[in-house]
Amino acid sequence: MIAEIGLASLWLAAALAVLQMLSGALALRASNGERSSLAVYARPAAVVQAGLATLAFLMLLYAFAITDLSIKLVASHSHSLKPFLYKLTGTWGNHEGSMLLWVAVLALSGGLLAAAEKRLPERTMHATLAVQGFVALGFYAFLLLSSNPFERLPVPAAEGVGLNPLLQDIGLALHPPTLYIGYVGLSVAFSLAMGALITRQVTPEFARVMRPWVLGAWVFLTLGITAGSYWAYYELGWGGWWFWDPVENASLMPWLAATALLHSVSVLAARDALRTWTIMLGVLAFSMSMLGTFLVRSGVLTSVHAFAVDPERGTFILILLALYIGGALTIFAFRASSVAEGKRFAATSREGALVFNNVMLSAILAIVLLGTLYPLLTEAFDVRVSVGPPYFNPVGAIFAIPMFLVMAVGPLLRWKSDKPDRIKQELAIIGAILVSITVLVAVLGTYGLLPVLGLALAAALAVAAFLPLRGRKLSRVPTAVWGMVLAHFGVAVALFGMASESAFTQEKLAAMSAGDSTSVGEWSITLDSVDPVAGPNWTALEARVSASRGGEPMRLSPQARNFWAPSQATSEAALLTRWDGQLYAVIGDTAGETADGTQRWQIRVWWKPFVTFIWYGGLLIGLGGVLAIIGRVRSDMRRRIATRLGDARRAELEQLEAAKTAENA
Amino acid sequence: MSGSVPMKAKHQRMALVIVALIAIVAAGLIATWALRNQANYFYLPEQIAAEPPAVGQAVRLGGMVQPGSLETEADGVTVAFVVTGNEASSVPVRYSGILPDLFVEGSGVVAEGSLQADGTFLATNLLAKHDENYVPKELEGLEGHRAADSVAETTVGLD
Repeated sequence: MIAEIGLASLWLAAALAVLQMLSGALALRASNGERSSLAVYARPAAVVQAGLATLAFLMLLYAFAITDLSIKLVASHSHSLKPFLYKLTGTWGNHEGSMLLWVAVLALSGGLLAAAEKRLPERTMHATLAVQGFVALGFYAFLLLSSNPFERLPVPAAEGVGLNPLLQDIGLALHPPTLYIGYVGLSVAFSLAMGALITRQVTPEFARVMRPWVLGAWVFLTLGITAGSYWAYYELGWGGWWFWDPVENASLMPWLAATALLHSVSVLAARDALRTWTIMLGVLAFSMSMLGTFLVRSGVLTSVHAFAVDPERGTFILILLALYIGGALTIFAFRASSVAEGKRFAATSREGALVFNNVMLSAILAIVLLGTLYPLLTEAFDVRVSVGPPYFNPVGAIFAIPMFLVMAVGPLLRWKSDKPDRIKQELAIIGAILVSITVLVAVLGTYGLLPVLGLALAAALAVAAFLPLRGRKLSRVPTAVWGMVLAHFGVAVALFGMASESAFTQEKLAAMSAGDSTSVGEWSITLDSVDPVAGPNWTALEARVSASRGGEPMRLSPQARNFWAPSQATSEAALLTRWDGQLYAVIGDTAGETADGTQRWQIRVWWKPFVTFIWYGGLLIGLGGVLAIIGRVRSDMRRRIATRLGDARRAELEQLEAAKTAENA
Repeated sequence: MSGSVPMKAKHQRMALVIVALIAIVAAGLIATWALRNQANYFYLPEQIAAEPPAVGQAVRLGGMVQPGSLETEADGVTVAFVVTGNEASSVPVRYSGILPDLFVEGSGVVAEGSLQADGTFLATNLLAKHDENYVPKELEGLEGHRAADSVAETTVGLD
């Protein structure tokens, strides 16, 4: 029954998406004043659809919770002996389930938009809902036609296959849902941008409606990427936090586009400039989240051959991608010229700085995009190319460094037009920090160029982030400004973490038998023992390692795990977090025996100074985004209440006037 | 709206578009140039034999681990093995570190490192890769030594 209820709700939701699309489109076609009888259905359709899609997802969640092995998806991705939490998170640890989550989040945000958003002109709202319905319909079709999550097995399986052990981790509970909410939030921003473009209502009011969606999506993307990076860092046991892997790039690209969009939509809201630019970025951001979904979900990344094995899915997403982006660009081409250009500004102004950084972000995006797609392209011609850090780091830095410099200065500039002379003092402070840190680090040791520049920029940015508060009364600074300060400071913190990780990391690999000691950095490491341990669905060799630098010894227990369903070996790193860094330990294979026959083990230990700052920075950036949303929504509420009060007061005055004239007459 | 000075407004929009275009095209050109250089980054054993990279230059070597060639040295952490390619050519590799879980003789491997003056390849990293989101099925399904022609398949998507 569960599967059938889920499937039926999905079909109904798809039908409602059609209704929403038609109703929105018809409302748009109806000439002003006259209302189509179908038009009233757009909003309710979106809301009910949200309920149905959520119901479908809950049904699948339930099927995974009780391990209903008559459902093909559950049988091929779950196992009755798996810990309960991982049974639940396993719902989206596979292709069909994660697409269903995608669609459920999409429908939920569409429903939220339809139910809560009353500020937009009704026509723009209808156009937006029509686009949103169109987008949703494509994904319902994808789910129902090519990746039905509720497919039954003719005969229920006796036992499930199990979930990839790498995915049996709390990271899976957090990472995909946050990223998906981010991706989907961008789809709402896209629908809004299209709606405004179709009805030529690209105004500051529209930007204020769009801003919370962009901010929200961006916050979730930020947190999703941060969580994913930390997950990869501790789960993979390689000691790295970013691999420039295509899957990671697939989440980074929408983030870059969303960051640009978020700043440009703020300019539109505050200054009524950058209208078409904002719309274009809205299209770009959604294209990137679609492309990300395509790259991850089509299997094209694992290998071109896997793509050929299941061409249906890849082709389907590719067609959707072409349809949405092609359609959006066509509308853009026809309508962009009819959107009047907004207010002008000088090159040295806050808008100027924001535009510069928008362009830099787009350039970095182009570099990441090309680097991600290039191996796929050459592979089609049977040439294998490896694109890794030697490409992404220096080439990205060419554009990232000017961006960070402008980012330090931009918030200090005034809107519209400003003279660099006015902020001489601040410029001097930032310049002095940059030069002194560069010189200091370069003198103290030999490090790569990029880490040195990274450290200097991080210090300059950290100070520059707080300069906009200079000379202001702190209690009167708006919440949104605090958000900006915090987010920019977060960038500095993350950059500091990245630069110190790559400059100062120390590593030690040793073959040790129980009782042996070694050292890494200031730490002395002793292997106490290696023992077999067992978990619910795995067995492992666990090393007991004590580490100390002067004080009490700390205990680390890295494991080499063997899972039996599916059969796979993983390495569980052990982390010891201190305020100034992390000690990261991994146990490897046996390293033979010593001359007297004692067993030896490979132990690998890293000391990574300030590596945690990378993720603290990510969290700060996200927190800054949250503050910005709170600030914007609050001031928007206040403005609306003020207008309402003003209107009431005016109506009262008019009444008084009328009464007076009546008395006089 | 800046309706009073339409010419100038149009001017600014053009300027913006041109600046953005120049930056994006520059990014594209730099990226393409850098990517073409990356093409010289991945080597098969026969390519190392034919036109070896400069000694010390960071490259990746991809191939099959020759069965029977894997040896652990006395320090317990350094391993030596031979990587073979599609032809008879082979490259001796030395690596100090923990071997990836999926690393076995006869499987595909990508070694990051550089060629030494004595002709051995000193690897700093081995990718018989399992990744955060996908485990290459080609690597999992590999049984024993399946001739060198499976190199192409086992290393696809690793890099």
